[in-house]
Amino acid sequence: MARITYIQPDGTENVVDADPGMTVMEAAVKNSVRGIAAECGGACACATCHVYVEDAWREPTGQPEQMEEDMLDFAFDIRPESRLSCQIKVTEELDGLRVRIPEKQF
Amino acid sequence: MSAEVIKTDAVIIGAGPVGLFAVFELGLVDVKAHVIDILDRPGGQCAELYPEKPIYDVPALPVVTGQELTDKLMEQIKPFGAEFHFSERVETLERTDEGFHLVTDADTAFECKVVVIAAGGGSFTPKRPPLPGIEAYEGTSVYYSVRKMDVFKDKDVLIVGGGDSALDWTLNLQPVAKSLTLLHRRSEFRAAPASVQKMLDLVENGDAAFKLGQVTELHGDDGQLTGVTVKGPDGATFEQSADVMLPFFGLTMKLGPVADWGLNLEENLIPVDTEKFETSETGIFAIGDINTYPGKLKLILSGFHEAALMAQQVHKIVYPDKKLIFQYTTSSSNLQKKLGVK
Repeated sequence: MARITYIQPDGTENVVDADPGMTVMEAAVKNSVRGIAAECGGACACATCHVYVEDAWREPTGQPEQMEEDMLDFAFDIRPESRLSCQIKVTEELDGLRVRIPEKQF
Repeated sequence: MSAEVIKTDAVIIGAGPVGLFAVFELGLVDVKAHVIDILDRPGGQCAELYPEKPIYDVPALPVVTGQELTDKLMEQIKPFGAEFHFSERVETLERTDEGFHLVTDADTAFECKVVVIAAGGGSFTPKRPPLPGIEAYEGTSVYYSVRKMDVFKDKDVLIVGGGDSALDWTLNLQPVAKSLTLLHRRSEFRAAPASVQKMLDLVENGDAAFKLGQVTELHGDDGQLTGVTVKGPDGATFEQSADVMLPFFGLTMKLGPVADWGLNLEENLIPVDTEKFETSETGIFAIGDINTYPGKLKLILSGFHEAALMAQQVHKIVYPDKKLIFQYTTSSSNLQKKLGVK
């Protein structure tokens, strides 16, 4: 089990317990966390599950692969800590993960 | 200009897997169909979002990609000769004495007895960058597609994005524009390498500019853009002047004009009954992801089932005097004849 905190643009925090193996996007959608549209359902094809990974968690979550980096071109307000949450797999090591949800996905 | 009105039994809105299979089920009961889709090819989400991604829950196909499924469905429905109208969106739907009158955004008009809405998550429309006040510029100096090149003649054009659309329009508009600037967040592009090279050649020759950054603010008055604020890769901002801006950030799904057709809606879905999959309006059916009913699952296989039951009711409307006898394709020589296998 890994506890993930989603921080809304207004500062509200949604805390979710996620099973390893699912993605950070799936954990959000399953728990009705606002702001993760995930239109394509996790196919890395729409860039509507964009999140900002808090600094302390950038190393454990890793770097985007080529496909994800390409798809980030279709998201807005991209920063160095931008990720598509459908491409972050939940592991025990990510217990405590904190991600910020952008103002708007599009 | 609109040519003459196309007359047919059924108009299917949406050429995703469920819309395509509706052609099959309607064909078996002798209902002729025209299919309309906003995309330029069949497949809907399967073609646009995951053509190469595997799907594992289509019965009898342990694994199939979105494109393969689309191709197989196109093959399966071929005997029924449905006509396709791609890159068009149905704008208006009105009831007439004989059925319905539909007109698309390309002014194609249809008269039909029934309408089958198989529009999935809605029609694919360009993503609107979440920039404050952008709506005020849309159609006058912010465009998401190019319909007439003349609009960009002698203008300072700003194209934003790094995909094929951004690159293609950079190359196509550069000769007509007064100046052309391509803005992208990084120096890599997910576009055809040949287009990228041509763009770089233009920049090299001073015929176009390429800048790194992301738009954060729009400036202008009364819908007329004068420039934008850009945040560069180092975090510093700069001003970029522009008369027109073309943002290319891919597509998203919007319900679109369906919302204006007088149908009951529940959270952007169309409620239907589970016997006929008919909407609140007699003769208008909704199948696949766009409908809702108790227990609804958004699965391709559910849409296929819905198409089969819908076709039974459509037969009654199109052929009020004929009784439909249920038959299997395996054993019915009548159905096999329609399929062209006998």
